[in-house]
Amino acid sequence: MDFEILSRLQFAFTIAFHYIYPPLSIGIGIILVIMEGRYLKTKDKFYENMTKFWVKVFALTFAIGVATGIVMEFEFGTNWATYSRFVGDVFGSALAAEGIFAFFLESGFLAVLVFGWDKVGPKMHFFSTLMVSLGSMFSAVWIVIANSWQQTPAGYHIVGEGANARAEITDFWELVFNPSSVDRISHVISGAWLAGAFLIISISAYYIIKNRHIRFAKSSIKIALVVALIASLFQLFTGHSSAVGVSKYQPAKLAAMEAVFDDQTNAQLYLFGWVNEDKQEVSFSIAIPGMLSYLIGFDIDTKVTGLNSFKEEDRPPVNIVFQAYHLMIAIGMALILLSLLGVYLWARGTLFKQKWLMWIFVFSVLLPQIANQVGWITAEVGRQPWIVYGLLRTSEGLSKSVEIGQVWFSLILFTLIYIGLFILFIYLLNEKIQHGPEDVDSIPSEIGHPKS
Amino acid sequence: MEFTFDLNTIWFFLIGILLIGYSILDGFDLGVGALHLLVKDDTERRIMLNSIGPVWDGNEVWLVTGGGALFAAFPHVYATVFSGFYSAIMLLLFMLIFRAVAIEFRSKRPMRWWRQMWDVAFSIASILIAFLAGVAVGNLITGIPLNANKEFIGSFWGLINPYTVLVGVTTVSLFMMHGAIYGVMKTEQALHDKLRGWVNNTIIFFIICYITTTMSTLIYYPHMIQHFKEVPALFVLAILNMLAIANIPREILKGKDFFAFLSSCASIAALLALFAFGVFPNFVIASNNPEFSLNIYNAASSQKTLNIMLIIALIGIPFVLAYTISIYWIFRGKVKLNNMSY
Repeated sequence: MDFEILSRLQFAFTIAFHYIYPPLSIGIGIILVIMEGRYLKTKDKFYENMTKFWVKVFALTFAIGVATGIVMEFEFGTNWATYSRFVGDVFGSALAAEGIFAFFLESGFLAVLVFGWDKVGPKMHFFSTLMVSLGSMFSAVWIVIANSWQQTPAGYHIVGEGANARAEITDFWELVFNPSSVDRISHVISGAWLAGAFLIISISAYYIIKNRHIRFAKSSIKIALVVALIASLFQLFTGHSSAVGVSKYQPAKLAAMEAVFDDQTNAQLYLFGWVNEDKQEVSFSIAIPGMLSYLIGFDIDTKVTGLNSFKEEDRPPVNIVFQAYHLMIAIGMALILLSLLGVYLWARGTLFKQKWLMWIFVFSVLLPQIANQVGWITAEVGRQPWIVYGLLRTSEGLSKSVEIGQVWFSLILFTLIYIGLFILFIYLLNEKIQHGPEDVDSIPSEIGHPKS
Repeated sequence: MEFTFDLNTIWFFLIGILLIGYSILDGFDLGVGALHLLVKDDTERRIMLNSIGPVWDGNEVWLVTGGGALFAAFPHVYATVFSGFYSAIMLLLFMLIFRAVAIEFRSKRPMRWWRQMWDVAFSIASILIAFLAGVAVGNLITGIPLNANKEFIGSFWGLINPYTVLVGVTTVSLFMMHGAIYGVMKTEQALHDKLRGWVNNTIIFFIICYITTTMSTLIYYPHMIQHFKEVPALFVLAILNMLAIANIPREILKGKDFFAFLSSCASIAALLALFAFGVFPNFVIASNNPEFSLNIYNAASSQKTLNIMLIIALIGIPFVLAYTISIYWIFRGKVKLNNMSY
């Protein structure tokens, strides 16, 4: 394998692993705010204990998120030094803003959230929960702004030539509100809410099946289901709006997402298929005629630019992007159906009697995780061969003073360490699940009788 | 010394302040980690761990923000150093991961082998992080070989020499002293008395390292004292540094642990300020050709970006200080173990 592929593999592996955790923190964080908010309002200890249990799960995801996150920040410099020189002026501002506005906020108040239960009053504790949740979302906002700038650069000009060329800011707000940032921020954050909500749904459904902590589990599922329903429906809009943006600003990516090879109107939307890139064919497919044109322009006569209109060296890989994109959509739809079904059965009062659905819920935790991962694969592989769309090629962004042996060394170690980390995570999560919440069910309440 | 108070200079010192903030804050929790294995009893080890429990994560954020600020303000420094020190940085990252994991997981299981394993990981990682940080600083003093394109052209083993190792050991000793004093402040009874006894030893260890480093810097790297010759007023920093160190045993003796800790903070700040003034206006000195050195001008982002970042920093810093201080205030006093503890 060559130096570029290894460096890309390492970045892809470390970011994919990292991206398991922050979405969980963001998603659980917002639900913690709701739970503790209910405690403040009702003064019912039940909600305090409920919050305490989920805070433990939150703290676990947060710790791994931080440890694997530092890696990401350093890797721009270690493996992508030329890229760092090119984008530092632009990208750096967003990263610095993330540090000063988001990281200090979340990690500072995290101390109170986890360790401060008997050090501060309930209101101050709630405030800390809110700040941690906000901080984790700010963090997503700034890093997605930086990434969106790589997709749709704006507010910059190029200074210098050849190897010394770099992008410099001309307008900070154009950078912040570059054409794709708002769509992508909302898409990423609601994807994170789904990740958190379905983790809570999954663990709670397990308790229901095992007939343990019933009141706790029912109440947790209900709160998480509401978040899941809102977020999954919201994804329809943010996803659609993102795709329209891609068609405008990154047409080659859109062409790869839907395997459009020749320019066409009345372009079809595939439900699934397998792309043969050499023959430029899609086999085993079902498609809706005209739908792609309609969706991006609300008119079946909207012209979609095909991959053949781009120089061969400017085209992204097609099948990976196609599969990743369609898997994401399929899961997105499944999550909407699952949330709707859950809320419908809840309204009918029969939700918790559906053993089969509880089992689906237990495994549903994987769905948003997979969707988040393939969503990012669509975004990042679809941007290839560019590291900054239209400005800098991925192959030009590498470090010049690093040797291939060093990357082998770090990639192998990352693989081993992260596998170990993942096993530990699962082990400790299971530990917390088996231990369960503290004496929640023993607290009498007017809201519902335990095990009813 | 040519000194113009422009944006580049401001950012040089702001990054210096972030580095000082990181060293003072993460310094004590790395120091606690370095001393961790010397404490034998499990409950006492848990107290050590929980003395830094609520804050170590936030302390590490100073490193993250420092890295981000360096990336933004001086992208060439960030790119050259991080790619040039590739293997060392990877080692640092692995240690940061091990350490975080060890803190998080150590007390989750009661088995002795489990806890001992994480304790060793925690302590070794803490020592190595301090050591690597020191070696990096050492290399910024000695300079590293660069080419005209600002790229590092040396090797990993070229970064390790007696001087840089000495700076690494000095950093470990500094953080051990700092951590011991922090430990004294946060513990009570038997553990408190034990740590109190260690403070003097760690001070002696540090002073030996400190004097050796200073002597070898004066002899082998006299460029570090150029500015101090030109602007003798800067020598105040060296005096402040010595006075702060001398004040530590005095305050410990009087039982004023908090003031001893403040003195230790002051000595770290003074030490890093001496380093910053020594290398200014360079960030990375090219050992092969001074013309290739990365300084605050040829390695910087545009004036526009430095300006935007200054505004971001001015808005952000009051908040950061406000909640950093509030968090330390909320968690003031001696450590008590409870069911949320590590």
